[in-house]
Amino acid sequence: MKLNIIGKRKLFFTISIVAMVCVLLITIFIGPKLDIQFKGGSIATYSYTGNLTPEEFGKTVKQFLGQDVTVQQQENNVTGQMSMVVSLTSDQNLTTEKQAALLDELQKTYADNAIEASGVNNVDPVMGKEFLKKCLVAVVFASVIMVAYIGFRFRKIGGASAGIVSVIALLHDVLIAYGVFVLMGFTINDNFIAVVLTILGYSINDTIVIYDRIRENKRYYGNKMELGELVNMSINQCLRRTVTTSLTTAMALLCICVVAVMMNVTSILSFAVPMMVGVISGLYSSVFLSGSMWTLWQEKKAAKAKA
Amino acid sequence: MKRVGKPVFFVVVAILALLTYAAFFGVSSMYGDVERVYIKGAEDIRWGIDIRGGVDVTFSPPDGVDATDEELSAAESVIKTRLLNQNITDSEVYTDTSNDRIIVRFPWKSGEQNFNPEDAIQELGKTAQLAFYKDLPLDPTTGRLNPMPGEPVLTGADVEKAEYGMYQNPETGMSEPIVSLTLKSQAKEIWEKATTEQLGKQISIFMDDEVISAPQVSSVIKDGKCVISGSFTPESAVKLANQINGGALPFELVTRNYSAISPTLGMGAKDAMVKAGAAAFAIIAVFMILYYRLPGFVATIALVGQLAGTIAAITGFFKVFPSFTLTVPGIAGIILGLGFGVDANIISAERIREEIRTGKGIDASIQSGFKNAFSAIFDSNITVVFIALILMGVFGPSDGIFALPFNFLFSWMGLGTATAGSIYSFGYTLLVSIILNFVMGVMASRLMLRSLAGFKPFRKAWLYGGEK
Repeated sequence: MKLNIIGKRKLFFTISIVAMVCVLLITIFIGPKLDIQFKGGSIATYSYTGNLTPEEFGKTVKQFLGQDVTVQQQENNVTGQMSMVVSLTSDQNLTTEKQAALLDELQKTYADNAIEASGVNNVDPVMGKEFLKKCLVAVVFASVIMVAYIGFRFRKIGGASAGIVSVIALLHDVLIAYGVFVLMGFTINDNFIAVVLTILGYSINDTIVIYDRIRENKRYYGNKMELGELVNMSINQCLRRTVTTSLTTAMALLCICVVAVMMNVTSILSFAVPMMVGVISGLYSSVFLSGSMWTLWQEKKAAKAKA
Repeated sequence: MKRVGKPVFFVVVAILALLTYAAFFGVSSMYGDVERVYIKGAEDIRWGIDIRGGVDVTFSPPDGVDATDEELSAAESVIKTRLLNQNITDSEVYTDTSNDRIIVRFPWKSGEQNFNPEDAIQELGKTAQLAFYKDLPLDPTTGRLNPMPGEPVLTGADVEKAEYGMYQNPETGMSEPIVSLTLKSQAKEIWEKATTEQLGKQISIFMDDEVISAPQVSSVIKDGKCVISGSFTPESAVKLANQINGGALPFELVTRNYSAISPTLGMGAKDAMVKAGAAAFAIIAVFMILYYRLPGFVATIALVGQLAGTIAAITGFFKVFPSFTLTVPGIAGIILGLGFGVDANIISAERIREEIRTGKGIDASIQSGFKNAFSAIFDSNITVVFIALILMGVFGPSDGIFALPFNFLFSWMGLGTATAGSIYSFGYTLLVSIILNFVMGVMASRLMLRSLAGFKPFRKAWLYGGEK
C-alpha cells in the first residue's frame, strides 16, 4: 500500500481549512463555556435525599442571596446520590460567611432532605486571567524551544522551516480539540489545559518521527530523488507506526471514556473525549499536513532561489 | 556481533518485578503492633484535593492594604500554626509576595464526617488580636468593640503562653473551663500598673472586636499571671488558648478564592480513573502482543516497569524525590508518558520488522532495528522533556530551579509566581515518565529482546514480524 499524499495535498489542505472554519463557526454560534476558574463566580453543589425540584430549590437560594442563580439537578450513578448545583455567574462571589449562612438556611428550609455541601468553588476572576496568561507564556515558550530544537536537529533538511511547520500542525490539532470541547459543551477548565498539553506532546512526536525518516532517507538518496517523492516515501514508511500508535492511544482513551460513562464521571469524560479526537487529529496532521506543508515551503524556496 | 547473554532477560524481569512489587505494595515490617515502612507503596500516594476532596483557599489582605513581605511571612507562619491547632497536618501553604496572596490547600482528614470547611477557613482568616482594655469600651449600637478604643493595655503579643484549665468556682462549686495566661517579663510591670490603676474597676478582654470577658479587678497582680474566665465550654476555651498561642495576624485575611470538594465526590473519580487505567493497560498489552508478537511481549514488561517507576517517583520511594501530590492533570501526565513508552516500543518493533523483511538475520535485524529507531525516539522524547520543564517552571513554586527564567518575566507581566498548581503536577509526572522511558522503553526492551533472541524457540523470523 502506498498513498500519494504529496500529490493530493490540495485536498488535504482543503479538509483542514474546512475543519478550521467549522471550529470558528462552533466558537461563534455555540461559544465556549468558560469555567468559573477563568471568569470568576461561584458554584456550590449540595447533596440531598428525597424529592426536591430545582425550581423550588433555586427560588429559596435566590430569595436568600438576592442574586440570580442557575440550579441544575445531578445524580451520581455509582452512589445514587442526588445533588443540586447552584451557580452564580456574577462577578460578586460568595464569602465564606454567606456560604455558611446559605447552607444553614437550606438545611432549615429542607429539614427532611439531609442537605450537605459537597463541593464549593469560589473564584476571583483576576486569578483566572492570571492562569490563562501563564498558559499562554508556557505555550509560546514551548513553541519557541521546539522550533529551535527541531531547527537544530533537522538542520540537514532545512530545520527552521520544519520546526515552524510542525508548530502549525500542532496548533491545528489543538484547535480541533478545542472545537470538540466547545461542541460537547464541556467547560474550559484545568482539564482543557491538560488536554491541550497532551495533544501538543503527541502531535510533536508524530511529526518528529516522520521528519526523522525524511532526514534518514535524505542521507541515503541525497538529491537523487525528487523532494516530493522522498517525503511521500518517508511518510509511507512511517505509516504503520503512526497509525498503530495513534490507534493504540485512541483505544486506551476510548476504554477510559466507556468506564467514565458507566460510572458517570464527567471530569474524566471531558478529558478523554477531546484527547481522543486530538490524537486522531494528530494522526491526520502528521500524515497529511506537516510533510506536505514542508514540501510546499521547500519548493517555494527553491523556485525563489532560481528566479 | 556480540549477543546478550541468555540470563539477562531473567535478570531484567526480576529487577522490574521487584521494583513493581515495591512500588505498588511498599515494603514494611511489623514489630508487634508497630508497622515500620521502609518503602511507601501505591496506597500511600498523596492524592490531590481534586481527587480525594479537600479545601483550596486563597487569602489576601483587605482592599487598600498593602502588606509588606515581612507581614506576609508572619501571616503565613500564623496560618500554619492555626492549621496545626485544627489538627490539619497535611497542608500546603504558599505565599505570593508580589500579589499579596496566601494560598492554603489541605485535604480532608481521613474518616472525617462532619468537617465544616467554611468554619475552618473563617478561623484561619481571623485576625485573632487579643487585647486588654481599661474599663469596657463598647459601642452601644453594635455591642462590639468601640471603633476608637484607645491604646490597649496589653495585646496577644505580650502573652508568653496561654493554657486551658479547669477552675472550681468557690461560690457555685461547679468546675468551669478557663484560659490562664503567663505574661512575658517586660509586660509584668505594665500589668501590675494597670491592675493597680483599675483596682475595683473593670478590665475588659477582647478577641478582635468581640468581648470575651470583663472582670472586675479585685487585687493587684504582680506575678504576670492572668486568668480569663467567661462563658466557656471546654472546646471554646481550648480554641481561645490556641488562638492566643498561634499569634495574631497583622491584618484580617479575606478569602478571594475558595473551593471545597467533598471526599465522596472526589474518591468516585479516583476509583473510576484507576479502573479505566487498568482496563486501558490490559487492552494495550493484549494488542501489542498480538500485533508485534515477541517485541510486543517485551514492550508490555517494559511498560509495567515504566509505570512502576513513575509511581515510585510519586510516593517518594527514591529518597532524592520527595513525595508528590497526584492530581487529575498529574494522571494525564502519566498517561502521556506511557503513550510515549508504547510509541518507543512500536517504533522499534516496526523497524525490526522492516529489517527482517529485507531478509536479514534475526540478530542483525534486532540490532539495526533498535539503532534506526533511536534517533526518532530520542528527538521526540527530548522535545517533550523541554515542554515538561517549561511547565514545571511556569506553574511551579517560584523558588524552584526551573522557575528562574520565568520569575523575571512574570514580575514584569505582574503575574504571581508562587502558585504551584495542578499543571505543575502534569509537568512532573510527564518528566519522570519520559526519563523512565529511556531506561525502560529503550534500554530494558533492548536488553530483554536481544537476550530472548538467544533461545532456540525464539529464533523464528515470524516472532519479529517476518512473513509466516
